[in-house]
Amino acid sequence: MEIQTQKEANATVVTITGRLDAVTAPEYEKKMNELIAGEAACFIVDFDKLDYISSAGLRVLLSTAKRLKTKGGQIRFANVRGTVKEVFDISGFGAIFQMNDSVAIALTKIA
Amino acid sequence: MHCAATVENLALVTEFVEAAADRFGLDTKKKFGALVALEEAFINICSYAYPNGEGEAELACGDDGDAFLLEIADKGAPFDVLSLPEPDTSLDIMDREVGGLGVHFIRKLSDSASYRRENGQNILRLVFRRSLEGVQ
Repeated sequence: MEIQTQKEANATVVTITGRLDAVTAPEYEKKMNELIAGEAACFIVDFDKLDYISSAGLRVLLSTAKRLKTKGGQIRFANVRGTVKEVFDISGFGAIFQMNDSVAIALTKIA
Repeated sequence: MHCAATVENLALVTEFVEAAADRFGLDTKKKFGALVALEEAFINICSYAYPNGEGEAELACGDDGDAFLLEIADKGAPFDVLSLPEPDTSLDIMDREVGGLGVHFIRKLSDSASYRRENGQNILRLVFRRSLEGVQ
């Protein structure tokens, strides 16, 4: 897995590429914790290049979102599609996260 | 195949099962589901099967013509992962926990899942039927 970050005017866009699984999930959590500690509060996570996700991946997405929520931050997911979306849907996570069809749309939704 | 039940071996077991699923001709969507179910079962063994030290996981792939079969075994204490309760998938973000989601995926992403205890092993058998999507 690779993680790239891009600072936009009102949010940090985090692009994850490859697999978010039991091996790579801790890397995502560590990176997000660093960004949150660095005072970033609004995030868009771009799933366009993510090929695979398991419950370990969902666990860190959830823990990061909870941490942000207690700090008054926001997180939105963009481009959750195909087989990755299926995992979101059967877990019920599709309904608890804010989802948008593109990063551009997600950016307009950041309050 | 068999290997040490450690998280670092996830790539190894994934590669083994993906190659077998490709030889069988499992379609992409079904194969993805099989690999997620595999991860959940394998990580469960890594996390819980051997509380007192190291142990192995054993994997076998096969087919009955119509379906891709995957068996994942460990030599830990008798434990049926399928006996775990279903998670509540309707809670909101702050109340939601991820516990139980792994077995939920094992159930939902396979066409059938069964457990047996045999020769001192816990054996989880998962069946993935050849998808008929797109077939007229």
